[in-house]
Amino acid sequence: MAWFKRSKQNISAESRKREIPDGQWVKCAECGEIIHIKQLELNMWTCIKCDFHFRVGSREYISILFDEGTFNEFDAGMKSGDPLEFTDTKKYTNRINSTMRDTGLSDAAVRGIGKIEGRDVSFACMDFKFIGGSMGSVVGEKISRAIDAAIEKKIPLIIISSSGGARMMEGAFSLMQMAKTSARLAKLNEEKIPYISILTDPTTGGTTASYAMLGDIIIAEPKALIGFAGPRVIKQTIGRDLPEGFQRSEFLQENGFVDFIAHRKNLKAQIAKVLDYAL
Amino acid sequence: MAKYILDFEKPILELENKVAEMKKLEDNLDIRDEISNLEEKVIQLKKSIYDNLTRWQRVQLARHPERPYTLDYIFMMTDDFVELHGDRQFGDDKAVIGGFCTIDEHKIMLIGQQKGRDTKQNVYRNFGMMNPEGYRKALRLMKLAEKYNKPIVTFIDTPGAYPGLEAEQRGQAEAIARNLMEMSRLKVPIIVVIIGEGDSGGALGMGVGDRILMLQNTWYSVISPESCSSILWRSWEYKEQAAEALKLSAPDLLEQGIIDRIVPEPLGGAHKDHKLMAAILKTVLKEELALFVKADPKKFLEKRIKKFGKMGMFIE
Repeated sequence: MAWFKRSKQNISAESRKREIPDGQWVKCAECGEIIHIKQLELNMWTCIKCDFHFRVGSREYISILFDEGTFNEFDAGMKSGDPLEFTDTKKYTNRINSTMRDTGLSDAAVRGIGKIEGRDVSFACMDFKFIGGSMGSVVGEKISRAIDAAIEKKIPLIIISSSGGARMMEGAFSLMQMAKTSARLAKLNEEKIPYISILTDPTTGGTTASYAMLGDIIIAEPKALIGFAGPRVIKQTIGRDLPEGFQRSEFLQENGFVDFIAHRKNLKAQIAKVLDYAL
Repeated sequence: MAKYILDFEKPILELENKVAEMKKLEDNLDIRDEISNLEEKVIQLKKSIYDNLTRWQRVQLARHPERPYTLDYIFMMTDDFVELHGDRQFGDDKAVIGGFCTIDEHKIMLIGQQKGRDTKQNVYRNFGMMNPEGYRKALRLMKLAEKYNKPIVTFIDTPGAYPGLEAEQRGQAEAIARNLMEMSRLKVPIIVVIIGEGDSGGALGMGVGDRILMLQNTWYSVISPESCSSILWRSWEYKEQAAEALKLSAPDLLEQGIIDRIVPEPLGGAHKDHKLMAAILKTVLKEELALFVKADPKKFLEKRIKKFGKMGMFIE
């Protein structure tokens, strides 16, 4: 083989856009099907041809899960401080402000209380489009308050994760959100309050290594990337390509870390069914 | 093993060598004054260097290959160590060591992350990077300590949880998450000491406790300066800036209210004098353990949860 044709052994580049682009028509990242945006919405943001699950956020999940008009958001105005006065290539405060402007969100999690098939549920949902769904002080506090609300009102807790992990720009404060939320979940367990954790694409790093993996029942959307270390880091560590399907929902179920995988169209019904046994 | 010299240690070493050389000549020449002058200079130089360490220099000290590790402390500080192996499910993770031991009047469970001194040992210890079975081994031992009503001391020294294929397969994230939840509720006191590197979830997985201590020249952060540099600056070259930005040194974490106490190190760092370092840590640990003799678990448990509950900063 000629030297210019040789690729680095066992290792290949990999990247794929999973966000929904603007415009009336979108192309499925998996099968290439062109879908009208209305049709996609009716199909709960999954591909009509191949069932690929598009990445969506808290707004969409609230509409998917909650009985119409029953969801009340709390702590909507909570926003990030800048405990370390962090600056990398730009100031953290500028990053926060521009992301808030671009996304219309205040941080990477929304929390509130609503009804699922008539039953009150304390709910928190992460938004990947807010700095990669990174967990900083705001996310940690909102998750903690969602847990507290579940304990106080004796209603089930549901958390939807979608996150690249802890937020670097808040340093050790971000790291401590893992301990903070996990300690609250210990209390929830003692009070025997049900907790369903839902993992969506992607759920990695400190989020996975705390509340996301601590559900009584853990449900994953199909083919979501779920793990502790990111695939790129693992690939670098072991120096070879990763097997097909590695760190995807099906792999986690196979290895015993996910209870079941639910298509987004069945998610609400499946949750309701589980809650029937939990209460 | 060849001496490992950090850049900022060089001027001190040069001056010290000079003093040593002059001392050899002392018998023939009358240079006593010059020697004591120079010795004074060494002390001044050390002070000026070690009082003004940058965060990156502290990271380098925390990683110094001659730094004392968990096993060194066990040998120098404790008696009657009974090492206990394995997680009872998969295997025995060599990157973490645990067992009962005695520090004077205190009988404790000590669990610490362990690095290797040379390449062979490092392969055996996986460079102090734990696998899921390591976190499960630690948890098993902590539950045993709870059953026997013995305080727990954990030593943190890791460049991170192992990012390997099998680690993912066996549930690295689940193992760490489980430890965070369980450690927050264990009914015996937990004292955590960062003795070297405290890299992210891999460190925190053994780091929930009533008292969190850091040795003077250690670091504890959500990410290593190198990885932070590669993600935010898209280059490995900005590790020094990243270390500054992350505010990851012991004084930083004390100011942030995340740790409770800094344990002083011998001048120049823990690697300069293992015995002195162990003696200091032993004294400190005895003081810490004394805080919990006859303490009511209900009270310290409530405090433990509150302590972590108030960590964070946000605007409402």
